[in-house]
Amino acid sequence: MNESFVLRDVRFNNRIFVASGTFGYGDEVAELVELDRLGGIMTKSLSLKPRDGNPPPRITETASGMLNSIGLANIGVHKFIEAKIPALENLACAVIANIAASTVEEYCDVLELLDPYKRVDGFEINVSCPNVKEGGLSFGTDRTKVALITKELRKRTRKPLIIKLTPNVTHISEFARAAEAEGADAVSVINTLIGMAVNIHTKKPRLSTVTGGLSGPAIKPVALAKVFEVYKSVKIPVFGIGGIATWEDAVEFFLVGASAVQVGTKNFVNPASAIEISKGVAEYCVHHSIDNVSQLVGSLNADTGVSVIQSWL
Amino acid sequence: MIQEHAPIYTVKEIALNIFQLSFLSPSISLGALPGQFVNVRVEDSAVPLLRRPFSISSVDGEIVSIIFNVIGLGTKLLSQKKPGETLDVLGPLGKGIFPFDDEEYRTALLIAGGLGVAAFPFLISRLPSSKEVVSFLGARSSSYVVRHGLKNVRIATDDGSEGFTGTVVELMKMFLKENPVDRPRIFSCGPMPMMRALAELSLEKNIPCYVALECEMACGIGLCQGCPVETVNAGKKYNLVCKDGPVFEIRNVKF
Repeated sequence: MNESFVLRDVRFNNRIFVASGTFGYGDEVAELVELDRLGGIMTKSLSLKPRDGNPPPRITETASGMLNSIGLANIGVHKFIEAKIPALENLACAVIANIAASTVEEYCDVLELLDPYKRVDGFEINVSCPNVKEGGLSFGTDRTKVALITKELRKRTRKPLIIKLTPNVTHISEFARAAEAEGADAVSVINTLIGMAVNIHTKKPRLSTVTGGLSGPAIKPVALAKVFEVYKSVKIPVFGIGGIATWEDAVEFFLVGASAVQVGTKNFVNPASAIEISKGVAEYCVHHSIDNVSQLVGSLNADTGVSVIQSWL
Repeated sequence: MIQEHAPIYTVKEIALNIFQLSFLSPSISLGALPGQFVNVRVEDSAVPLLRRPFSISSVDGEIVSIIFNVIGLGTKLLSQKKPGETLDVLGPLGKGIFPFDDEEYRTALLIAGGLGVAAFPFLISRLPSSKEVVSFLGARSSSYVVRHGLKNVRIATDDGSEGFTGTVVELMKMFLKENPVDRPRIFSCGPMPMMRALAELSLEKNIPCYVALECEMACGIGLCQGCPVETVNAGKKYNLVCKDGPVFEIRNVKF
């Protein structure tokens, strides 16, 4: 059974990845998880300079999910190169560097610093963080900015370039098309949804930044519809993300059009969950006499033309 | 650090709405140090979704126990667990532990507000026999006092139903005024207002003071970056309660 997945010159072990911001830089969990059973690791977002992140409280649990406002706390690209790349050298899965920035130039600088390193197999560009004022959503909700960033980064790398999109827009498919038109190899759909929670006793928001990003099983139906919309709009592969907690969830994403998936919040509960999901998907394929996971992609058994989404594509 | 499904040994109510749960874990009991915690998966469910962090309260042979207040759904479900069921536990967690076995001090002053007391039975059990121990406990009223596993206990209650009427920090302050203490070190855990008062007292009396911090957490192992505490360490604004703590020197914490 063929589980592999190819983007440009990179062949991934399988189609199950771990989402940025939910697995550190990959080295922290090596003692708990067989990383070679993963397609790849999307690193914590890297910026040019280290970032402290937002003040506490940064997280709170909600019904079937959680809100976070980490604010891109990270060690910065230089420390990543110095301390993390050597530690990841012998890892038997791909490492995709996720990049966050507050200017187009900063995205380019970080990518150019990382591009020479063989250990960095590709890039995922975060234009969708809901918890910082500069960069993040101000880019991700502006189609011309998404196009510009993709175009500038495309000039600077031959490695896989993946644009991570926000669901906090009216039609995510327009943003996916903008990325595709400027040479992105894939899009990641979706980052977190803006959300809020309030402590009624203190009348204070539960996060220091008032609003945060919602993730976890609560957002899975939204994410599935966004992946479906994007799959119907572009030819490049889609990484499906949003509330994947079981292998059944992953199969659902493949069926609506994801070529690969990323496990996020579930890693906080069980760092080995992506491995368990990859095993479950493989067993499902064997059971259904599917010899290549790619056969699942977009194989939804329905007349999708009746969906309201089709009317705005 | 390991993740395992540990058999539950006992679950019992030890004070009003306060439970002790113990489980069998040879590896966690072997590796645990005072101040460390475990992150517990209550159910394999979407609600509650995240693990719940608890101080390791005691280690007796291969039996590890935690103490918790029933507050929300997670702790309610936990209080209803039965011996023989298993518990998904990740631990022992935390790099910042109580410094307990050096020769730099002789008297351990333990001070806890509410269930901040949870970590102390384990700490006491590991203290070298040469150490003097005085435990100060603060609680709303006598029904919430958990003195189990402690030594030389002095109590303060908000309503005066037991011991001193007032805060536990005031109680400790009075004690220090009236009693000579040989080379003290404070070990503490409790709510924010208590910690602020204690930070002031320890500074004023020039007594080294360590605090185990509590924080809402998701992963407990540094992946989510969700539990920052502002510190005065140069170059780094925040430390993580889960990974860098949970125990910090109180003078390094910005309350």
